[in-house]
Amino acid sequence: MPISITAPMTREQARALKAGDSCLLSGTIYTARDAAHKRLCALVEEGKPLPIDLKDSVIYFVGPTPAKPGQVIGSAGPTTSYRMDAYSPTLIALGQTGMIGKGKRGEEVVEAMKIHGAVYFGAIGGCGALLGRCVKKSEIVAYEDLGAEAIRRLEVEDFPVTVVIDSRGNNLYETGRAGYLESVK
Amino acid sequence: MRQISAEVITETVARLCIEANCFLPCDMQKRIRESLEGEVWPQAREILERIIENFEAAGEGSQPICQDTGMACVFLKIGQDVHITGDLTGAVNEGVRRGYREGFLRKSVVRDPLCRVNTGDNTPAVLYTEIVPGDRVEVTVAPKGFGSENMSGIKMLRPSDGLAGVKDFVVKTVEEAGPNPCPPIVVGVGIGGTFDKAAYLAKKALLRSVEEPNPDPFYAELERELLEKINALGIGPQGFGGKTTALAVNIETFPTHIAGLPVAVNINCHVTRHKTEVL
Repeated sequence: MPISITAPMTREQARALKAGDSCLLSGTIYTARDAAHKRLCALVEEGKPLPIDLKDSVIYFVGPTPAKPGQVIGSAGPTTSYRMDAYSPTLIALGQTGMIGKGKRGEEVVEAMKIHGAVYFGAIGGCGALLGRCVKKSEIVAYEDLGAEAIRRLEVEDFPVTVVIDSRGNNLYETGRAGYLESVK
Repeated sequence: MRQISAEVITETVARLCIEANCFLPCDMQKRIRESLEGEVWPQAREILERIIENFEAAGEGSQPICQDTGMACVFLKIGQDVHITGDLTGAVNEGVRRGYREGFLRKSVVRDPLCRVNTGDNTPAVLYTEIVPGDRVEVTVAPKGFGSENMSGIKMLRPSDGLAGVKDFVVKTVEEAGPNPCPPIVVGVGIGGTFDKAAYLAKKALLRSVEEPNPDPFYAELERELLEKINALGIGPQGFGGKTTALAVNIETFPTHIAGLPVAVNINCHVTRHKTEVL
């Protein structure tokens, strides 16, 4: 049975999740991918205020397709996360507790997750049509000029994610593959 | 000489951009369903079921299967007895512009690889033309997502590396990619030619149906063997473990130099999209 979780998510809530947990996420999350991460970290470096509150935030690495008339959002599946590795530790240190993406993460990100208490979720890559349906509200909050890469505030309902890396550094990509290979020996 | 106006090319490209992005080719649908039947790992089965549900929902609602609606790769086979009136490259780009706007597809192209400002209309297309006998024009649009494109690789092997070297490079490229390119993947392999030709062959290999083996029995067997080796890696759908890491390996080859053995691996995700129309 999937675990129901909500966002924003406290560090304690993040620490309670374990790699391999299937979750249904509801609440408020932000979208950001390459270009938005770069701008956020540039502001941090300059000591300027950020356009979103990072405390307890969950950031979804996604650039959706445009909404058709009557739609909240278009297709909205995860993008590959390693491109955010250069930025995620900075944002985690400032309060971010969750990331949603797909694919491997660097050691520096996992270290930051362990130190501060954060979790990395995987959503199913290439299932944007289905995942978009879990988004009930979408509003651009920063960097509209970036188009698909703008920062959006999303209200999601029962958005399916799996804990890939937990706050102790356990990694489903390693254990899942090893478990399968053991099962067919 | 048969005349085809550039406007017809534009209309065709626009329509194919939308159709390719919303309707997964039948061979891919069939192969994904078959892989579910052969999959025993519970998490892998669950993901394959979601993937099927997703492409079905996308097709029914004319909704993009994936939010990465790709860089538009356009392949034209132009009959030498056809005269195209108007600007052909301009017509293709206008088709991409129109298709991505009217289809509510994502605009994912930046004007300059380092300055990185979005062109706003997904142009330009990556356009390949080939002159062939006849008076027809075959138009193929293959939107290419970059989660998988980024995991591709090329290597200039030594002739002495031989068949073993080729197998090793293909399997290693897939293993290093792991969960990143959205497995289950389709693996396009180009062997031979020059540096650029091998990469082009690998891309072209992804246009072939996953149900159609290489016509040369030697390479058909190599495709089968590589698929088996890749699916023994255990990466599985989305990298959570399982049998189904790849759905197919397609190989294209070309004669090469006495000193060389170029090999390129172009990875595509489970949303391997392409749509063709003959004018």
